[in-house]
Amino acid sequence: MLYSPAIVAEAVVNGLMTGAVYALVALGLTLVYGVLHIINFAHGALLTAAMFAVWVLHSAFGLDPYLAILPLAPLFFGLGYAVQRFVIGPASHGDDGNILLVTLGLSILIENALLAGFRSDTRTIATDYGFQVVEAGPLLLSMPRLIGFAAAVAVTVLLWLTLSRTDTGRAIRAVAKEKLGASLVGINVGHVYAVTFGLGCACLAVAACLLMPTFYVNPRVGNAFVLVAFTIVVLGGMGSIPGALIGGLFIGVVESLCGLYLGDSLGQIGIFLIFILVLLVRPTGLFGAKA
Amino acid sequence: MTGRALMPILVAALLIGAIPLFVSANTVLNFLVFTLIIALAAQGWNILGGYGGQFSFGHAAFFGTGAYAAAILQSRFGINAWAAFAIGIAAGAAIGWIIGYLSFRSGLRGSYFALVTLAFAEVFRILANASAITGGAAGLLVKLDVRPENFQFASRAVFVWIALALVVAVLVLTAWIERSRFGAQLVAVRENEGAAKALGVDTLKVKLTAIALSAGVTAAAGALYVQYFLYIDANIAYGTWISVEALLAPIIGGAGTVLGPLVGAVTLHGLGEITKTLAGRVPGIDLVAFGALLIVAVAFAPDGIIGLARRLRARIGGGGGA
Repeated sequence: MLYSPAIVAEAVVNGLMTGAVYALVALGLTLVYGVLHIINFAHGALLTAAMFAVWVLHSAFGLDPYLAILPLAPLFFGLGYAVQRFVIGPASHGDDGNILLVTLGLSILIENALLAGFRSDTRTIATDYGFQVVEAGPLLLSMPRLIGFAAAVAVTVLLWLTLSRTDTGRAIRAVAKEKLGASLVGINVGHVYAVTFGLGCACLAVAACLLMPTFYVNPRVGNAFVLVAFTIVVLGGMGSIPGALIGGLFIGVVESLCGLYLGDSLGQIGIFLIFILVLLVRPTGLFGAKA
Repeated sequence: MTGRALMPILVAALLIGAIPLFVSANTVLNFLVFTLIIALAAQGWNILGGYGGQFSFGHAAFFGTGAYAAAILQSRFGINAWAAFAIGIAAGAAIGWIIGYLSFRSGLRGSYFALVTLAFAEVFRILANASAITGGAAGLLVKLDVRPENFQFASRAVFVWIALALVVAVLVLTAWIERSRFGAQLVAVRENEGAAKALGVDTLKVKLTAIALSAGVTAAAGALYVQYFLYIDANIAYGTWISVEALLAPIIGGAGTVLGPLVGAVTLHGLGEITKTLAGRVPGIDLVAFGALLIVAVAFAPDGIIGLARRLRARIGGGGGA
């Protein structure tokens, strides 16, 4: 099958735009991994929860999805902080296998609580700008997805600046490198863990707000994203923020092109094959330090 | 093997095996068969995860392979159901060995191993959902032809006993592993792989044997599922639910113990039924309870129900002796 260059170019650009939001979801995951050295299996369920929060704010108060970032990002930061501080931390007794299981438990709990509360219906938000397009040369770009792309890149840069320039960022990096040393110089490790987890959840809240104008939500929607996010994190190197962005963009393009050439039902298989291949050949990722 | 080790297995088998003699309600027998199938899948997980410490999040890959192999061989190639069942187990074990070879050779462990197993299960799910031989998204039906030589029975009680026989066989196998040289090496890998290697244990070989056994047992659960429900589709066979069930039951019951998976499966599904009865038919409410129970178990009962029982017995025994 050969497609005209314009169709392929459009698939690539669409992939980049989806990829940026994927990157944002992966950012939270990679941040938590880089510092706590755990894989947060509740990440997808938390994203679903954030997307439902956007939907509720819109349908109950008419709040615009983009404006919902203002209340939801701090709210999810607080939620993430509390979950790490009062549930994951105490319940896992510092054992990696336990953390894996506790976050899996959380994910089952949140996903099914949402199912019980909202049932399995798929919901969408209708906005005035949902179908607006921007002309860029021969390409027609969806306005909300362009906004999503720009905002996702902006948040990544912001997070990177926070980590490299602020005191909190320094504390986070110190704990990531050497937990014991950090606590010896007076850094409260439990607090830093919780802040990191909170930042990861705030990223999810922003991603949810950027997704909702063009995407749908149902109780299982997070699963699709979280597997993609795992792939991105592994590809970009666990804990690497630039890796998450580049990995996200790359995966977005791969998905888009696989969808074009293989059809929708097989479209995601390219992602998982990359995932398995990277895990088997180079588990530290393309940007990660050698283990 | 001593009688002491086999006693609890015998008691459990008699207790469950006697139920169909007194109860004939279909709901109860359905519940029993389903719980035993889950217990069997969980026993498979327990060999690799409980004794070997390698947490798989993708045991659906084996459950589904067993299920599809049994279903495809019967309905597409007309192979006898019992033979298909056996081939299903072998196919599951082979897939387990291959996945194990690929990931253990690359040194994957911990979170990485959990992720790669999850990804394999997802790839199988997508493939089964899209290819023709598995019936695609519509799934695959096994022809109803109730005869013992077709592994189909009119009475649900017979299925309870067959499922129970398989569970008991794996209980005995697990009890044997626990006391064997292989079992000791497997536990050594779980506790400290580097040290085990330094002492001359061929850790790769031990882990590969464990994953092949583990996958074979879980594949048996999948093949049994097909014989009972006579239907399979990609989301049942390779869905996350079965990976989670296979892991939850041993963790709740007691990972790395002989009876843990069975105790866990009975507890979880008993609790699920109770929650559904209390809360009405709200979808997902039983799973909310599962999730909460998993967190509580990890926090307060790291060795599961079996661990709690042992602690309790030690306390009572200690008090009586003083």
